[in-house]
Amino acid sequence: MSQEVSQRETYGKTLVELGRENRDIVVLDADLSRSTMTMLFAREFPERFFDCGIAEQNMVGIAAGLAASGKIPFASTFAVFAAGRCFDQIRMSIAQPGLNVKLVASHSGISVGEDGTSHQSIEDLALIGSLPGFTVIVPADAIETAQAVKAAAAHFGPFYIRLCRPKLPLVYNEGYHFALGKAVTLRQGRDATIIAIGLMVKVALEAAGNLEGEGIDCRVLNMPTLKPIDEAAIIQAATETGAIVTAEEHLEHGGLGSAVAQVVARHQPVPMEFVAIKDTYAKSGKPAELFKRYGLTAKDIERSVKSAIERKWLSPFRP
Amino acid sequence: MMSLPKKDNSITSANSMKAEVFSSSASEAEMKAIAKRLRRHIITMTGKAGSGHPGGSLSAVEILTTLYFRVLRHKPLAPQWTNRDRFILSKGHAAPLLYATLAECGYFPIDELLTLRQMDSRLQGHTDRTLTPGVEMSAGALGQGLSFAIGVALAGRLNSKDYRVYVLLGDGECDEGQVWEAAMAAAHFKVDNLVAIVDNNGQQIDGWNRDVMNLDPFPSKWQAFGWHVIEVDGHDFTQLTQAFNQAKLVKGQPTVIIAHTIKGKGVSFMENNPDFHGKAPTAGEVKLALKELE
Repeated sequence: MSQEVSQRETYGKTLVELGRENRDIVVLDADLSRSTMTMLFAREFPERFFDCGIAEQNMVGIAAGLAASGKIPFASTFAVFAAGRCFDQIRMSIAQPGLNVKLVASHSGISVGEDGTSHQSIEDLALIGSLPGFTVIVPADAIETAQAVKAAAAHFGPFYIRLCRPKLPLVYNEGYHFALGKAVTLRQGRDATIIAIGLMVKVALEAAGNLEGEGIDCRVLNMPTLKPIDEAAIIQAATETGAIVTAEEHLEHGGLGSAVAQVVARHQPVPMEFVAIKDTYAKSGKPAELFKRYGLTAKDIERSVKSAIERKWLSPFRP
Repeated sequence: MMSLPKKDNSITSANSMKAEVFSSSASEAEMKAIAKRLRRHIITMTGKAGSGHPGGSLSAVEILTTLYFRVLRHKPLAPQWTNRDRFILSKGHAAPLLYATLAECGYFPIDELLTLRQMDSRLQGHTDRTLTPGVEMSAGALGQGLSFAIGVALAGRLNSKDYRVYVLLGDGECDEGQVWEAAMAAAHFKVDNLVAIVDNNGQQIDGWNRDVMNLDPFPSKWQAFGWHVIEVDGHDFTQLTQAFNQAKLVKGQPTVIIAHTIKGKGVSFMENNPDFHGKAPTAGEVKLALKELE
């Protein structure tokens, strides 16, 4: 059993570290600081922490004003409220002027579980990914979360970092180095490539392991920076393996799958499959039950890999 | 006494004011002359552009004249000066008024006003902070400016800067829920370096506020949210100046100045006429208006 660590707790601790190093780091929350774990920063730096109450749009605007005045604001709430409720505020107050605001959204996807549809953010990557100039990061575990948060603080411009609620098994060890905008090859392979983000990275590795037993040799890429996406890694994977499967805890449209497909279609067309939530809303349930119901298991990835590989031989572009 | 920029303001003449803090106490007569020029600019600009928002620009002319020529501490040739007082236009459709005011102060040449809304112009239909010197916020999506202003005010406090933050809202804009989220937060955070001004011209696109979406009792709403409230005639320089001075003395809470104004003020056929909220004057109307503003 690998160790399970909370991305959110890591986020809170990393904020404290950053706050100690840089007085310009400020943090905002919308009455969820105990859940997003920004309370760790609030405890140590109360004068640099602003709880905006249950008023996310106002929080986004205040963060923009702070950034316009030289501060580095991290604003946090659940993903569904950050991206969905505040889209126009994020668009006009942050994205258009390209302000240095870091939105770190927790409780994304259906792994939030029992709270049900209202709290399951399955559209946020499509929404924020559509905004010009935004960098979008979906860390695969706690170690990548810490480094992504530090990278966001170090790079000027608007960032969206998507975290989830459950503790996650570690994908990386402490020696890992996160490079902004770069895919990470977690496993080499020749028959197909699985490109995954967030908690689907671990599931992709499990699927690749199972497929190995069936004689299918899968490459696995983690694509922590969804935007700007690592085009070179995608083109290389398409060229060298001839089939691509994406895996994400998000709707099928507008997320990782769409972004990868755009690169593949433009540069190196190969068969693709998309492991994602189809055009529907999920319901209450335990995360594992929901992942099964909505097609986000290792089995689903394995089936998709086989289907993509089969279609290779129908393609005029087969390797 | 202030030195007014020349009417045919060029970059060279403006350069002489470099490093000067443009804080002044213009006389009543000077203020009136500036206000008239701003109105003429608004008519000419929107007329030339063939689109734009003259009504809500004309209503706030005295408010901006007072701010930029009597109240604000600013350097037109150093728009990013860190100690400047900030003016944030939340009702971004009044961009023609802000551009005219900034040009009259010397932020950019007055001639440039005629490029309003044209391809490649620095003067966008609604304000764009990435393009125009002196523009603090990209506005136009109503309801966002007060929140932004709170952020700027909090940063001032955190950085121990003594700059003050002024934000102009429309009364119709106050239909937006975000305005009241921000109103609550400004009082909660006790940002007393923040002054909101509401251009209370009583009208919005679909007609009178009271018919479209009633805001009354407007002043007591702000009061209930924890603000120091001042009501003035928004076309009276003396009342406006006194209100801004009074606001400086208010500690521990933000101040809102509810400025009672007339939409389209100064041009007879535009006054209280919601048609001119978002419609530019025709060539003939421009002529008529400029004649009234001679």
